[in-house]
Amino acid sequence: MDTKGILDIIQHNGENQAGLIAILEEIQAEYSYLPEEALRLVAKETGRSLADVYGVATFYKAFSLKPKGRHCISVCLGTACHVRGAQKIVEEFSQELGIKPGETTSDNEVTLETVNCLGACALGPTVVADGHYFPHVSRNKVSDIVDAARNGLETLDGKTDGRVFPLQVSCPVCRQSLMDPDHHIDGHPSVTLDASFNGRKDRVHLSSLYGSRAPASGNGVPHNSVTRLHCPHCQSEIPSFSDCLECGSPMAALYIREGCTWEVCTRRGCQGHMLNLNQIDLLKNDEGK
Amino acid sequence: MINLTINGLAVSVEKGSTVLEAAQFLGFPIPTLCHHEGLTPYGACRLCVVEIGEGPGARLVSSCTYPVEEGLKVRTASERVVRARKMIIELLLASCPQSKVIQDLASAHGVRTQRFRQEYEDCILCGLCVRMCSEQMMAGAIGFRGRGTERSIGTPFDVQSDVCRFCGGCMHICPACQLRCTYNQPEKAICNACANLAPPCIEKEQYGDMMCYMNPCVACEIK
Ligand code: SF4
Ligand code: SF4
Ligand code: SF4
Ligand code: FES
Ligand code: FES
Repeated sequence: MDTKGILDIIQHNGENQAGLIAILEEIQAEYSYLPEEALRLVAKETGRSLADVYGVATFYKAFSLKPKGRHCISVCLGTACHVRGAQKIVEEFSQELGIKPGETTSDNEVTLETVNCLGACALGPTVVADGHYFPHVSRNKVSDIVDAARNGLETLDGKTDGRVFPLQVSCPVCRQSLMDPDHHIDGHPSVTLDASFNGRKDRVHLSSLYGSRAPASGNGVPHNSVTRLHCPHCQSEIPSFSDCLECGSPMAALYIREGCTWEVCTRRGCQGHMLNLNQIDLLKNDEGK
Repeated sequence: MINLTINGLAVSVEKGSTVLEAAQFLGFPIPTLCHHEGLTPYGACRLCVVEIGEGPGARLVSSCTYPVEEGLKVRTASERVVRARKMIIELLLASCPQSKVIQDLASAHGVRTQRFRQEYEDCILCGLCVRMCSEQMMAGAIGFRGRGTERSIGTPFDVQSDVCRFCGGCMHICPACQLRCTYNQPEKAICNACANLAPPCIEKEQYGDMMCYMNPCVACEIK
């Protein structure tokens, strides 16, 4: 363990109680878990009792005291997924991996977790493996997902495997693909759009990975300003059906092959995005064009 | 000074006092469990419920954590309060029936049976030991761990604490550890008539089953 690194984290987070969670979050991000030595160090440096620090570390599900495997599979047990039989999916994963939820396989490769809602309820039962979403998971898909995770999901391609996010996005109006194979973000072709702002136009690129936090690239648009997004092919404005849950700005609804829309917040810098199945009706007249 | 009425009697107490303190000042009994003079109020057990306000706005609050307000109207033994209190005692009995403190509470409030699934917990998570350890003993050796049904009391990482003073404060104050019945020696037991549906004396054979952080134990006399 890198004592110096942890001391740095503690220092720049200040020493008040509010800083404790921030410190632990940063250590967790660094090591993928909270090593015992790190917790002792945090207690010593912040002047809190180890019992307090340990209490906080064990209270939040986001913290783990055990090292995690190289790959992480999270099965959603939220209400919507639960009623669609997610419990059975968890059991299947447990059996397939030979571990219980919360445990890591003995080869330190795969950690199995359960979560309470991934925000993609319409796609339930939902499973996330290393940041890749698998919608409508049934029991017979479980071993495929485990194999995919073990082999490294980065090599999988959304084109050949329709269940895997990265998303394939097209313009909701002209249906031409918005994917830019020459510009990669997160190791996948990015989504390209024209953004207009104050009469200026600029090409922007978004990550096509659902769940990615990578910021959109494109420099012409000031941070925090809401832009209008256009299809680079037909120049129509991307329609908006809802407002961003995080900041309230309009969401641009992009068309996805699975027949749902991927809505991304139009405010530059906002990471708000979601999958929406409700827009099918609005768009399906054009299906198969 | 703040003026309020408790069960119709006017009282004026210092700003910042709790409703519990005001009621005790007037001599109205309010049962408490997780409250202890000298420790910060924690409001975990809810046994000290009282009713405040009037009409449809009336509500139950825990008096040990509720600060007095000007013109507050408090009832310490209304029908609603008594019902809530009995329910809390039933629930405590359901989780920790072997505790002398809880047994005594049950007798005092006429709770003879409990309708929930019987469990035999060693702890009601009242937090008295944690506060004792950090506020009076200045040790901070034990604390809460986890949450929800997984919540428990103990030392970090479940290893013997290197800051514990072996003072026995935690055991002294624990309502779950205070045993009247000597159920590990049932033949010598003086039955406290705990009115348990299934007497725990049969269930547990070792005092070691109880939680104890001291090694060796300096407080426990029931070995
Ligand atoms: S015996 Fe140890 S754990 Fe218990 S109150 Fe004293 S210092 Fe704290
Ligand atoms: S061990 Fe005893 S004092 Fe501590 S929280 Fe549990 S019941 Fe309360
Ligand atoms: S039956 Fe008697 S000895 Fe057994 S637990 Fe109850 S009071 Fe204690
Ligand atoms: S309930 Fe599973 S994603 Fe919301
Ligand atoms: S005594 Fe008030 S909540 Fe326990």
